[in-house]
Amino acid sequence: MSTLAQLVPRPGADAIVAKGWLSAHKWLILRRISQIGILLLFLVGPWFGIWIVKGNLNFSYTLNFLPLTDPYVILQSLLARQLPEKLALTGVVIVLLFYLLVGGRSYCSWVCPVNLLTDLAYWLRVRLGLKGSAHISRPTRYWMLGMTLVAAVVTGSIAWEMVNPVSMMHRGLIFGLGLAWAVLLAVFLFDLFVMRHGWCGHLCPVGAFYSLIGKFSLARIRLPAREACNDCMDCFAVCPEPQVIRPALKGIEGTPPVILESNCTNCGRCIDVCSKDVFAFGTRFNTTMAGVPQMAPK
Amino acid sequence: MDTETKPSATARRQFLADTARMACGVGLLGLGVGLYARHARALPPAAIRPPGALPEADFSAACIRCGLCVRDCPFNILHLAKPEEPMSTGTPYFVARQLPCEMCEDIPCVKACPTGALDHSLKDINKSKMGLAVLVDHETCLNFLGLRCDICYRVCPVIDKAITLDPQTNARTGKHTLFIPVVHSDHCTGCGKCEKACPTEVASIKVFPLYMAKGQLSSHYRLGWVEKEKAGGSLVAPDVEHKYNMPEGMRYESGKGLSSDAVPPAPTSGAAPGTNSGLPKAFQGGKL
Repeated sequence: MSTLAQLVPRPGADAIVAKGWLSAHKWLILRRISQIGILLLFLVGPWFGIWIVKGNLNFSYTLNFLPLTDPYVILQSLLARQLPEKLALTGVVIVLLFYLLVGGRSYCSWVCPVNLLTDLAYWLRVRLGLKGSAHISRPTRYWMLGMTLVAAVVTGSIAWEMVNPVSMMHRGLIFGLGLAWAVLLAVFLFDLFVMRHGWCGHLCPVGAFYSLIGKFSLARIRLPAREACNDCMDCFAVCPEPQVIRPALKGIEGTPPVILESNCTNCGRCIDVCSKDVFAFGTRFNTTMAGVPQMAPK
Repeated sequence: MDTETKPSATARRQFLADTARMACGVGLLGLGVGLYARHARALPPAAIRPPGALPEADFSAACIRCGLCVRDCPFNILHLAKPEEPMSTGTPYFVARQLPCEMCEDIPCVKACPTGALDHSLKDINKSKMGLAVLVDHETCLNFLGLRCDICYRVCPVIDKAITLDPQTNARTGKHTLFIPVVHSDHCTGCGKCEKACPTEVASIKVFPLYMAKGQLSSHYRLGWVEKEKAGGSLVAPDVEHKYNMPEGMRYESGKGLSSDAVPPAPTSGAAPGTNSGLPKAFQGGKL
């Protein structure tokens, strides 16, 4: 893939010409607004005393009314043999239903603050023309997920929370960073110099967990015009999980024109950079139009 | 056949090697995380959990590090542990010497906890056990030195129950009383007000997590006098009245000490002025 950067030095250039700059960055801008907006909702409390959301991504309480709980941290708590109170469990149900609707790994691209960091690392990586990347297979994240769950059982505590860069960053920004900056710098440098999309795309167990929710989720990237594809490769260049595109784009083994692979983060960058408007947001249903009804959702 | 199996065997070997590599790497990382988590089990001495916190082992499993207790504490005494602090990252604590718990009657921090890591069955703040005060330094405690500091006793929200002042003879002066602050673990909530208020440069009374501060008798121990009271009489053998060899005219009464049978003689009878014959000589202030 190191040749890809040479092939497409500026992915999305064609799309800017075809659709204009704003249209070619629409979802990226919306996504940054979402990421930063959510962070600000948490921050206006401690900064200005305007308490809209209290807590952090592990559990938050919006306007003393809406509880939202990270199901992953509750799963670890359960495995460490603690049953949480009703409020936390209510929050779990709400979050699970939400991500079943919008796609599990939407958490990664639309909410998680570490994504800002790793996206910056990737952007710099491309700008600096850094080639080469360590090889760790993408399913390693599921091993990581398994490891964190085993650690919870064995230690009888939410062991992963001791080192989890995701909650460390979010909690750190709101409650005080401490030495967490060093952990975050390590993630950033790892993504920049050692491995392309290293943390979010290969290792992060939080993302792995949300991808499991995403197996059944509703909102999907569809490819209503996949015949129009001119093989410019821009979508592959910008996609943080490029392996999810090919089957749906090329119709491999009768794959319908919808990305059902659960590691698609619904970031929508492929929609932005495609000058032929191949991609669009949609649902997982109506996959029969490609004439492969056996691929309908399980 | 041979030419067909060869590549698949290579692929299988490659797959197994990759899997083993991945499993080992992740396993090592897991070992590190596990050991790190185990180390953080023991709370550092200065870190006190909010009221109602489950025992530390359960707490590290039940607390999801959301910080709602921190937000709902009206006195802003709670912090979330940073990664470099020697306790579970993101869990709440306070440092009594900086800001002690104000013991709000409605216990908002416990109410805020979404998981029950702060036990919702705690309704009376006076029943909380955040830690236990210990008078750690008898050499610097002003009351131990014979002064009437009493500050820890005065600031205690459970005054006269959690800390009492027990009078003892001041052997140094021979004529004063030491008022020794004694902490009673069944009433002390561990709020830390005593530690905060202690006027010595470094606090002489400190609050520690319970596991550090509290001793425990072996389960087979029986306190004779308690058992005796429960039974309404001696359990071993009937009490024999002790026979003392006393100077003439003196007798010893249990709980009262030495006393004289006779009416104290008039000062003219030869005893030094100021002598109280009811007390042993050492306590009479004169030279022996």
